[in-house]
Amino acid sequence: MSATTDSAARGGTRGVRTLLRVKRPGRLAAEAAALLIAVAVAFPLYWMVLSAFKPAGEIQSTDPRPWTLAPSLDSFRRVFEQQDFGRYFLNSLLVAGTVVIASALIAFLAATAVTRFRFKFRTTLLIMFLVAQMVPVEALTIPLFFLMRDFGQLNTLGSLILPHLAFSLPFAIWMLRGFVKAVPEALEEAAYIDGASRTRFLWQILFPLVFPGLVATSVFSFITTWNDFLFAKSFIISDTSQSTLPMALLVFFKPDENDWGGIMAASTVMTIPVLVFFVLVQRRLVSGLGGAVKD
Amino acid sequence: MTTHTTALKTPAPASAGAGTGAPAGRPPRRGRSVSPRGHSGWTPWLYLLPALVLLAGLLVYPIYQLGLISFLEYTQAQVSGGEPTTFQGFGNYATLFNDSQFWQVLLATVLFAAACVVSTLFVGCALAVLLTRIRALPRLALMMAALGAWATPAITGSTVWVFLFDPDFGPVNKVLGLGDFSWTYGRYSAFALVLLEVLWCSFPFVMVTVYAGIRAIPTEVLEAASLDGASQWRIWRTIMAPMLKPILIVVTIQSIIWDFKVFTQIYVMTNGGGIAGQNLVLNVYAYQKAFASSQYSLGSAIGVVMLVILLAVTLVYLRLVRRQGEEL
Repeated sequence: MSATTDSAARGGTRGVRTLLRVKRPGRLAAEAAALLIAVAVAFPLYWMVLSAFKPAGEIQSTDPRPWTLAPSLDSFRRVFEQQDFGRYFLNSLLVAGTVVIASALIAFLAATAVTRFRFKFRTTLLIMFLVAQMVPVEALTIPLFFLMRDFGQLNTLGSLILPHLAFSLPFAIWMLRGFVKAVPEALEEAAYIDGASRTRFLWQILFPLVFPGLVATSVFSFITTWNDFLFAKSFIISDTSQSTLPMALLVFFKPDENDWGGIMAASTVMTIPVLVFFVLVQRRLVSGLGGAVKD
Repeated sequence: MTTHTTALKTPAPASAGAGTGAPAGRPPRRGRSVSPRGHSGWTPWLYLLPALVLLAGLLVYPIYQLGLISFLEYTQAQVSGGEPTTFQGFGNYATLFNDSQFWQVLLATVLFAAACVVSTLFVGCALAVLLTRIRALPRLALMMAALGAWATPAITGSTVWVFLFDPDFGPVNKVLGLGDFSWTYGRYSAFALVLLEVLWCSFPFVMVTVYAGIRAIPTEVLEAASLDGASQWRIWRTIMAPMLKPILIVVTIQSIIWDFKVFTQIYVMTNGGGIAGQNLVLNVYAYQKAFASSQYSLGSAIGVVMLVILLAVTLVYLRLVRRQGEEL
């Protein structure tokens, strides 16, 4: 009796073991493929940074090499010596920073309203937030241009902050919903029974609990704002002191001969803040996406 | 998901229900959120106020304006010359629809977006499955590379890809032995180049999201299937795909919306729409009409066309979500 079960169990483990043995070469191949793909995906970024450090002669070479033996900072020097580059950088940072913080706070309030309360038009509002995400923002450049002109906001950073703030809200609200919903209602009850006011519950209990979700959400508003090219090109028309980074990048595109070293150095400078931001929040981002999508 | 859905389907807390005029006959439940509800009717609107004000002013009103301008005669003369605007009715749309270039651009936009969506979804899903079958270290490598591509701003991504494929100094032509073949010169090769860049920067979203979804599938189910001898393809088709359906819908719709609106890549990589506008898509076309040739009303009419198409996509999406019985 016990012998049979024993042999059955052994047979079972052997079965699993053969399965694994069969799988092993397959897994090695899969891992090799994954590493190859990783290299291919990372290659453009590597080439960007590499080209930024290459001396001019190597960039303008018809025999490009995937390394450089004489790294130089010339391209970066050209970028930073270009008039007002630091200013463009600060402008970009200011616009993106303002949008991220304001959008997180406003979206948090709105997400709380639509998940923690039942009220008339709640579902309608949710559908509106969803539909709002689908609006092609770029199509609104024309009316926004006139709106900004009428309010005297052309050539100001406000003309970039306000639209991006508004356009980042629907997605942020939609994504935060899952995080707010995940906070157990019992906690809310307990807080009220303990005599906490609604405001106190909101900011001292709910806000810290939802904070990881806010961070994940803010990646999206940061990236869209930081990367914005169309509004920066359309609304900042004459006052270049209000320009943002993408415009600084375009300076290096010349009709006759592109300054690739400068372009790559400026691209590197523009990409680094986003990469840093991403690496800092990547774990929360993955779980956040799972949460937002699963709800 | 089920827990959330069931939680949502329970009747609304009585206290809140009273404020919205719920049927009085229902016995008052001990609300799941006992709270000082005396003034709760106002609170959600108070919380929503900043968001609604911003959206009304910067989204709803501009959409209205966009529609309005598309019916007016609105060119440089009206914008700065102070000439009165005249109502055109559907005149701008008639001009647009009689322009063969518009139909050509529309077709190119649809085909280009479709190619982007299909390739992004295919690559993203395939790599997500690959991620589940490898050990932590290679998985981390692929994840980091993908996050890097995802994080790269569209404009820098575009410049780098143009440089990689540069006929004189780019490494790609060198490796492929294409000599000084110019990718941006021909219509299809230029679209292919933009497609590669779009694929590069948008597959990570699909990969990461689908991977998170696969991880949420109980491993026992997958193990049982593979012990029963089911092939990889069969496991994917009969177990994973149905369980991942909600996530797949989300990533598909998001991809459609993003790829239909591609602007920066086309604008930068093909230098504003390619030679003689051969690489224009609707978004760039509208921009060029409005800001390069000051035909604001034609640009707005193109914007309206885009809006209508994307709204149709959204409606399909909402129906799909609703059919799954998911409540908002």
